[in-house]
Amino acid sequence: MAAPAIVSVRALAKTYQMGDVTVQALRKVDLDIAPGEFVAISGASGSGKSTFMNILGCLDAPTSGSYLLDGTEVESLSRDELSLVRNRKLGFVFQSFNLLSRTTALENVELPLLYRKDADPGKNRAKAMDALTAVGLGERVHHHPNQLSGGQQQRVAIARSMVNDPVLILADEPTGNLDTRSSIEIIGLFQGLNEKGITVVLVTHEPDIASYAGRLIVFRDGNVIRDERNAAPLRASEELAKLKPAGKLG
Amino acid sequence: MRLTSLLILALRSLSRNKLRSFLTMLGIIIGVGAVIAMLSVGQGAKDMVKTSIAGLGTNVINVFAGGGGPGSVRTEAGTSSKLTEEDVEAIGREAEAIRYITPTARSSAQIKYAGQNWRTSVYGAYPDYLLIRNWGLTAGAPYSTSDERGAAKVALIGQTVAKNLFGEGVDPIGQTIRIKNLPFKVVGVLESKGQGSFGNDQDDIVIAPFSTVQKKLIGATFAQTLIASAVSEESIPDASAQIDDILRRRFRLGPGDIPEYMIRTQTEIAQAAGSVSQTMTVLLSSIAGISLLVGGIGIMNIMLVSVTERTREIGIRLAVGAKGRDILLQFLVEAVVISFCGGLIGIAIGAGASTFLGSVQGWAVRVSPASIIVAFAFSAATGIFFGWYPARKAARLNPIDALRYE
Repeated sequence: MAAPAIVSVRALAKTYQMGDVTVQALRKVDLDIAPGEFVAISGASGSGKSTFMNILGCLDAPTSGSYLLDGTEVESLSRDELSLVRNRKLGFVFQSFNLLSRTTALENVELPLLYRKDADPGKNRAKAMDALTAVGLGERVHHHPNQLSGGQQQRVAIARSMVNDPVLILADEPTGNLDTRSSIEIIGLFQGLNEKGITVVLVTHEPDIASYAGRLIVFRDGNVIRDERNAAPLRASEELAKLKPAGKLG
Repeated sequence: MRLTSLLILALRSLSRNKLRSFLTMLGIIIGVGAVIAMLSVGQGAKDMVKTSIAGLGTNVINVFAGGGGPGSVRTEAGTSSKLTEEDVEAIGREAEAIRYITPTARSSAQIKYAGQNWRTSVYGAYPDYLLIRNWGLTAGAPYSTSDERGAAKVALIGQTVAKNLFGEGVDPIGQTIRIKNLPFKVVGVLESKGQGSFGNDQDDIVIAPFSTVQKKLIGATFAQTLIASAVSEESIPDASAQIDDILRRRFRLGPGDIPEYMIRTQTEIAQAAGSVSQTMTVLLSSIAGISLLVGGIGIMNIMLVSVTERTREIGIRLAVGAKGRDILLQFLVEAVVISFCGGLIGIAIGAGASTFLGSVQGWAVRVSPASIIVAFAFSAATGIFFGWYPARKAARLNPIDALRYE
């Protein structure tokens, strides 16, 4: 790992208090992710992978340990500074899409840009249009989420995650609610973003989705039990070509 | 986030729940409407009192005979408790702050002219009475001091009397009317003064020389009331003190004795009348204030519901980089928009209602710009005050908890 890590966590721990029971979601995790990596994280439910993702995404704070994101010590930041980090450096994609209903695709994608000090309605619109075109939804920008299929909604979410030019995109089971074809298409989009230099970390419990990543990390009981490189990850474009006969599903 | 986007956001989310937004607004609408209506009616009443007080004359001081305290029954033997023309003369001579003074006597009498009959009040007063009360004539001329001295049977009649006695087409000037069967020559017709401060018709009056009324109509030697005017508004307190001094001396009253007369200045009368309408205004305004408070609680309630309903939305916004302040403003602007719109509608309804009340009840109603500003400020303040807590609650949500909220 020659380049300075984009994500560097040391002795990261998180404990939850659930009534009388203390749950140790993460126990002293050490991990570095280099810029430009495509990392898949998997593990059984309750293994701590989602907690780890939420901490990486600055949505949740660790109980102890340090987290260096792109040179910034995240654990010492205030609520508003964390918002700023999320706004400038990070992009999120969730399993349940988390789009604002009754709001058009375009406005959903614009959302991160609205919370910038230098917000300019005209430029925001143009950037959001570009992002939607990049995910192949250029002609559905004025549709509301409930008028879009699951795969299309996830494309909107990806467009939203990339619109602010983040250094790191975090995807928590992005294909969990999608059929095979849509899943591979979505993975293809992540691979495309990764090729542009954006570091991608995605959580999945599907081994075939993990095999598209260059590195696989497996969590169990709050610890990393496996961390291995995949020398020959699958290419989404090639896998899609094999699926050709399947009908045209969005 | 920019204010315009915040406004658009607020309007959009309110229009999603139109009925709910309207019902929330209703509290404010009623509150503001009540404030406007109350202030308008109160202002109108105040104006009415003011004009009718002004109608009494300028810088007027009244001295009423009688009305002393319980001590008055034990006044020294031989002193008169009634006001006489000698008292008037003494005051006129000695009190520097007094411009005009006249004794008055009032009698209720039946007046006849040809076949017409009318019962009215006959006032006896010096010719100066018209100057004290700023009362002009529409026809004829006032009686003179020699009429006064000679107890001449001449009279000035008010508009109401003129109308009822003579009707259209007859010139009252020079006609002879009979008051208590005595013939009086009408020498002038008084200007209309309209309604008095207690709703009485000030034009239903006949004015004749004091000596005539006192001796020929009443048969008394005392004056019931003295009416004086001070030289200026500032000298009213001096004038009133001088009158008191002179009368105490003439009635031989010691410093502790309670006099058997009452001095009331126009300012005091205005204050008494004003304090009644003031009390009404305070009472009605507090009712309006309470309804604004209830409206505000309604806003708070619905905003709390809205924050809970939209927890996930808040989570999404926080996840993409909204700061606590952005969320706070989003909900605060929504609350203020509700109260602001409610305020606007309330002002329209309040102004409409008070105009309607005014025309139906015959009240003088005035919707003042000040009352609109007050109502507007109150409704906006209500929005901010009651929107603050729910908005802060939203702003303090933890992003991950908000995102996971089902």
